[in-house]
Amino acid sequence: MFLQQLINGIALGSVYSLIALGYTMVYGIITLINFAHGEIFMVGAFVGLLLISVAKVNIFFAIIGAMVFCMVLGVVVELVAYRALRKSSRLSALISAIGVSIFLSSLALMVFGADAKGFPDNAFPVTQLHIGNADVSTLQLVIIAVSALLMMGLEFIVQKTKIGKAMRATSEDYNTSALMGINVNRVISFTFALGSALAAAGGVLVGVLFNAVSFNMGLMAGLKAFAAAVLGGIGSIPGAMLGGLLLGVSEVFGVAIGYSSYRDAIAFSILVLVLLLKPTGLLGQKITKKV
Amino acid sequence: MLKVDNIYVNYGAIKALQNVSFEINTGEIVALIGANGAGKTTILNTISNIVPSVSGKITYEGKDITKTAPHDIVKVGISQVPEGRRVFAKMSVLENLEMGAYTRSDKAEIAADIEKIFQRFPRLNERKKQPAKTLSGGEQQMLAMGRALMSRPKLLLLDEPSMGLAPMLVEQIFQIIQEINKSGTTILLVEQNANMALSIAHRAYVLETGEVVMQGDAKELARSPEVRKAYLGE
Repeated sequence: MFLQQLINGIALGSVYSLIALGYTMVYGIITLINFAHGEIFMVGAFVGLLLISVAKVNIFFAIIGAMVFCMVLGVVVELVAYRALRKSSRLSALISAIGVSIFLSSLALMVFGADAKGFPDNAFPVTQLHIGNADVSTLQLVIIAVSALLMMGLEFIVQKTKIGKAMRATSEDYNTSALMGINVNRVISFTFALGSALAAAGGVLVGVLFNAVSFNMGLMAGLKAFAAAVLGGIGSIPGAMLGGLLLGVSEVFGVAIGYSSYRDAIAFSILVLVLLLKPTGLLGQKITKKV
Repeated sequence: MLKVDNIYVNYGAIKALQNVSFEINTGEIVALIGANGAGKTTILNTISNIVPSVSGKITYEGKDITKTAPHDIVKVGISQVPEGRRVFAKMSVLENLEMGAYTRSDKAEIAADIEKIFQRFPRLNERKKQPAKTLSGGEQQMLAMGRALMSRPKLLLLDEPSMGLAPMLVEQIFQIIQEINKSGTTILLVEQNANMALSIAHRAYVLETGEVVMQGDAKELARSPEVRKAYLGE
């Protein structure tokens, strides 16, 4: 029972982590809460659905296709909706983000209709495995494995590559990074591409897991992932990973012990509690305003 | 080498620089001295184009760089050590140096240059894996200078290198500045410590509330009664 719920929780939580990473990276670099990020996740789920049901590709190619599509979408969103507002107040950019969010979900409503869409039955053959006394579906294992792989890839990019180091430098000090010859705009576009690709992968995985893709799926998932990012300490990449897993696991355990009607409230209660005790989040650092 | 012509800069309604003009010749150390708020840092940031000018022209080796993007200024050969050092605190010493070489792609040469920086600043070599925030003020200044040198600048802009350092360290830093200059890098030095700045500079400009009020040979300025009274504490 415990092992069972733990695996369920990790599977759900790793998807929250994937989405939360996009929030935290973008915030880290331009201190903007990208409220359109949940909708990028939703678009990723639809692209995955189309690729699997229309183009008949397997789930892995569907994930890659959705990632590429949303990379471009994320870069375009930043270019169109945020770049011009970079020097104005954070509130203007935030309102612009909410606008993009409404636009994308309305567009999906118009194109795909209001009903949740399911995947074709044979989209992903699910086998139940017995590990100890737990029933684990291969689908859950795939979700955990794909998420872990993507997060390791991200960690490699951020720690080891030149552009990843430029991302860290830019998130520490925007002007000094420009003094190094770093094209800050390009770094910001790259950050949006990375975050959106991860959200898209999360979208396809969640769509397959619940066998439902709908125009409004980005709202709650986005809010919870945002809560995960804040829980872990916004701006911190390991924080987003940890926050997502914690939320996923506690949500699943909350449901298991009988609070299923409070499913969505659990995430936010934990957020409120942690912020009361540690306002910077679990792994967050105090931001000292630079003069 | 660098020619600044009638530059005006505003911060909102505040006039930060008015009609500032000066010149730097290849091989020189030129000092900009003046009180806090006189506009010294603004001049460096306007050259690096982090702060845009309202009017005026900046020419570098005959090319107009007034509108050149900040990240391209490094490519033409101008590198800045910003005020307060501004090392990337969470990144290691080595990564900070790598960021300095961001515009370059010659890996072997970059590695060789990092070795040279470590020879000049052995303390950095001992701490190359540590996050920059664990360094002392003097070490951070050395790191910021090493980082700026990694782009192989022809013109190095130094903003208050003595700030917050013990007198002995200041001596050491200024000696290193002279060495860097002797090895062929032209230097524009902004300092509140006018005494030290004038002692190593060839020429100097005195700034007051956004305007150049005096200029000339550094040794002569150091002897002038006005400068002695206003900036050398006599």
